[in-house]
Amino acid sequence: MHSKRNLLKAALAAALLGVAMPGTAATDDTITLGAAVSLTGKYSTNGKNTKDGYDLAAKVINDKGGVKIGGKAYKLKIVYYDDESTSARGAQLVERLIAQDHVDFVLGPYSSALTKSIAPVTEKYKMPMVEGNGADRDLFKQGYKYLFAVLNTSDYYLREAVNILAEQAKAAGRDPKSIKIAIAIENDNFSQDVRDGIVEDAKKYGMQIVIDDKLPADLNDMTATLTKVKALKPDALMISGHEKGAVLGIRQVAEQKVYVPMLALTHCDSAQITEKFGKESDYAFCGSQWDVSMTYKDHWFGDSKNYADMFKKAYNYDPPYQAAESTASVEVFADAIGRAGSVDKDKVRDALAKTDLMTFYGPVKFDASGKNIAKSMVMYQVQHEKYVVVAPSKWAEGKPIYPAPTWDKREADSKVSRK
Amino acid sequence: MSNLSVLIEAPILLVQLVVSGILVGAIFALVAYGMALVWGVMNIINIAQGEFVMLGGYVVFYLAGAGVPPLLGIPIAAATMFALSFALYRAVIHRIVGRDMFVSILATFGISILLQQLANQLFSADIRTLSSGLPSLSFDNGMISIAGVKVVGFVAALVVGAALFLFLRHTRIGRAIRATAQNARAARVLGIDTDRVYATTFALNGAICGAAGGLVAMTWFVQPYLGLTYTLRSFMIVVAAGLGNLPGVIVAGSALGVLEEAAGFVLGAEYQTAFIFLLLIVLLVGRNLLLWRQRKYLR
Amino acid sequence: MKRRSDIALLAGIGVLGVVAPWIAPTIVTQLAFLWLMILFAVTWDVNGGQMGYNSFGNVFFFGIGVYVCALIQRNAGLPYYPALFIGTALGGLGGLVAALALGPAILGIRGHYFAIATLGLSIVAADVASAWEYIGAASGLTLPQFPGAIGDRNRFFYYLLFALAAITFLAARALYRTRLGLAMNAIRDNEDKAEAMGVHTTRTKVFAWCVSAFFLGAAGGPVGNLVGFIDPRDLAFAGATFGVWMVLMAVLGGKGTLWGPVIGATIFHVTQELFWTYLLGWQRVAMGLLIVVIVVFFPTGVVGWLSRLRHPRKRLQSTTIAESAP
Repeated sequence: MHSKRNLLKAALAAALLGVAMPGTAATDDTITLGAAVSLTGKYSTNGKNTKDGYDLAAKVINDKGGVKIGGKAYKLKIVYYDDESTSARGAQLVERLIAQDHVDFVLGPYSSALTKSIAPVTEKYKMPMVEGNGADRDLFKQGYKYLFAVLNTSDYYLREAVNILAEQAKAAGRDPKSIKIAIAIENDNFSQDVRDGIVEDAKKYGMQIVIDDKLPADLNDMTATLTKVKALKPDALMISGHEKGAVLGIRQVAEQKVYVPMLALTHCDSAQITEKFGKESDYAFCGSQWDVSMTYKDHWFGDSKNYADMFKKAYNYDPPYQAAESTASVEVFADAIGRAGSVDKDKVRDALAKTDLMTFYGPVKFDASGKNIAKSMVMYQVQHEKYVVVAPSKWAEGKPIYPAPTWDKREADSKVSRK
Repeated sequence: MSNLSVLIEAPILLVQLVVSGILVGAIFALVAYGMALVWGVMNIINIAQGEFVMLGGYVVFYLAGAGVPPLLGIPIAAATMFALSFALYRAVIHRIVGRDMFVSILATFGISILLQQLANQLFSADIRTLSSGLPSLSFDNGMISIAGVKVVGFVAALVVGAALFLFLRHTRIGRAIRATAQNARAARVLGIDTDRVYATTFALNGAICGAAGGLVAMTWFVQPYLGLTYTLRSFMIVVAAGLGNLPGVIVAGSALGVLEEAAGFVLGAEYQTAFIFLLLIVLLVGRNLLLWRQRKYLR
Repeated sequence: MKRRSDIALLAGIGVLGVVAPWIAPTIVTQLAFLWLMILFAVTWDVNGGQMGYNSFGNVFFFGIGVYVCALIQRNAGLPYYPALFIGTALGGLGGLVAALALGPAILGIRGHYFAIATLGLSIVAADVASAWEYIGAASGLTLPQFPGAIGDRNRFFYYLLFALAAITFLAARALYRTRLGLAMNAIRDNEDKAEAMGVHTTRTKVFAWCVSAFFLGAAGGPVGNLVGFIDPRDLAFAGATFGVWMVLMAVLGGKGTLWGPVIGATIFHVTQELFWTYLLGWQRVAMGLLIVVIVVFFPTGVVGWLSRLRHPRKRLQSTTIAESAP
């Protein structure tokens, strides 16, 4: 009797599991894209940026006629699951999207870790995936044929900062080999790659890495590292720790009056450092995949400024680059599907491989491993509380200010300006 | 180790680390007071402690957005969390007082997840931070700098510690709380409303956490997932100080802070947390050895 | 009488387990994880509900297994299947050795201090794994591709995990019927008295922990391969998720009982999947609420609750005295 109840329970459980998995059949004039994004968990801020980027893209593309296949207009629809910022979850959910929900194509998640866990799944199912938020170089060393990334790999975020250091040194008559760099990264996938990029370029010039700190995951206080910086007086301090790293970096460097001629960070715009810190964020260098001042154009969004306006109108905040690259991913799909003239996965995959598209986010062209080789990373500096693009020189709006003025001089300047 | 040699060459850095450690540890000690109170009186290890801190931080943040100066926001956050904890007690906690401690750990764990995720949904995971408006103190040509708000945190920890001590010793409610902690049944027999004592204790804990949260928001930042750090560290401090030893809490807190900074400097910050947890495990094993000796005598 | 109904049930579930991938081919991965959850809950209960040592860090052994298997697959230069099986076995061994080494010291700590010490263990492991370059540090490890179609791949790991869970359960079941099982219960009920009566408490405790550790370690390899990518914090030493769920599932079903963890794991896993599908964004909030409700109102779990329904006059004296297998 008790055992029968157990058996019944087991059967009920199995049945429920079956019910819990909805399967959706693609309707006749819709192309369904599936995505597992981080709506909760440590990446939820950027996960939301990603989702908003995807949604805006689908909306605008649909409004402007959708995707045309054989003369017929198809609308884009995006289905989401929350991966909770967990890699295991992400892989499971993408599998569900493919095997149960029968989505036509897959859009990438937020973060390299999640993309790394999802890519084997899409590859196994021969499902094309276009992603804009997984920048780890490892992704492109696995021989994946169905993975396409619109963004630059993460090691490029701060390479330009190293280059600027070298240029400035030469201009000042200094041997680049004498330059000392301090690195502090959050101990995660993405930041490790950023660090590797810095170290590689630094080695190219013969620069020394005097501090190479990994900050703990529950990163709260950088005092230990900053104390080292005060002792060793490097020429640059480069911090990569997502938004937390940017916020802590600016705050504690200012608080403890740590002087470094160059402070370079990632995730400045999504951390909103100018809004949060005002003057204290001045002179910081920021690596970014995209900037609103870029004058790339496409026929869906116009130029970057136009995109930013549309985004702000829809979601009430300025789009960080995570949103822009998500939008671009959808654009790439729309373009490729149109060229393939079908939703057949292999045909679209081949069309993706041949992409040569200009978007507001930047030019997109994939090499054999799936990474975008046409776009370059942007580096800007906060000058007078505004982001000014200083590299690459083709798109630069202004010159980098290096070295940054000392804290005494900054206080003196601000007193002067108040008068 | 090269880091160690840096320290030896410039002993002034050691001073910075020690000072920083003491100040940072003081804020954790603040949270530990509350943890010790609830543990000692109600025999509950509140896993949601860090989430109370987090909510306090958000209160101060949103008040600041509405124009309230952050420092003024701290007492308001304390009051808000007092009320919230009181409500929580009436809703859930009163059912788990007096039960197996394991039950309380799981229940408060559930509450911590609930609060954390609710915060994520309502406030989003964006990093929020505030400026206290206080200047940084600087010594020795900038080699030692202390954020003003960290000093406030340290003073607050001392004040709260002293206030709690006096409160427990000299007020009626304080003595009722102590009586209940010693022997709840006897206290009830003597006419003390233990339910009210528990409610007050839990709410008091909330208030302390709320205030600490405000300080945290101004010193570093606040986001929905910062809770676990505070829960674990406050637990460690209480264990290190010894349950019932309130003055020991601030000492243990500061000591832990200094050890953490030093370990971070010498071993590399990525091993910082692992180091202090290892320390905790060693502490527990050591403590156990002492108890084991005691138990031997009882046979 | 009890034994016969038990075997019928076991056989029934066994058959269900074997045919499930063919009845419900679209949810094979979720079912594979169901078996993992059952394994988690049962191994936890071996030292938790049955022996009174509530560990919050059993995921430590699981993580060791994950990495040991991955390293074998990466470094040993063997073809896929041999590497996987050797890795799984060595993963189990690794867990066992760790429990053997740390057991005497850590199991000497009592009560809630033990709980926190084990929690600390899993946190330390997560941090060290995230910093250790050799095993990929925070970037994790990508595992070699499964040689076969994806449908086959999921079914393969499903059966592997099903087998592991089944063996674990049967081992626990056998253990509880031996004197050792009684000794474990005695330790739970009053350790000092048990010691006084001649039970070798340290040996018994370490043995029980080793049993759990072995199966947890063995499960590591298959799970790592099923997911394909090892993240030190999210998968291997996932203290805040797997580590705590182990405890919750056993408590939900009824700790200290044989079927409690199994029932608890099933309900928990199914509920989670339902929440995920229908409460997008709010699933964790719902989960937190569920935990509070369960722990506060159903501390003896489903089994305890059902039992009370069956015997309304039988009062349970305390939540630590559990019921034997139904």
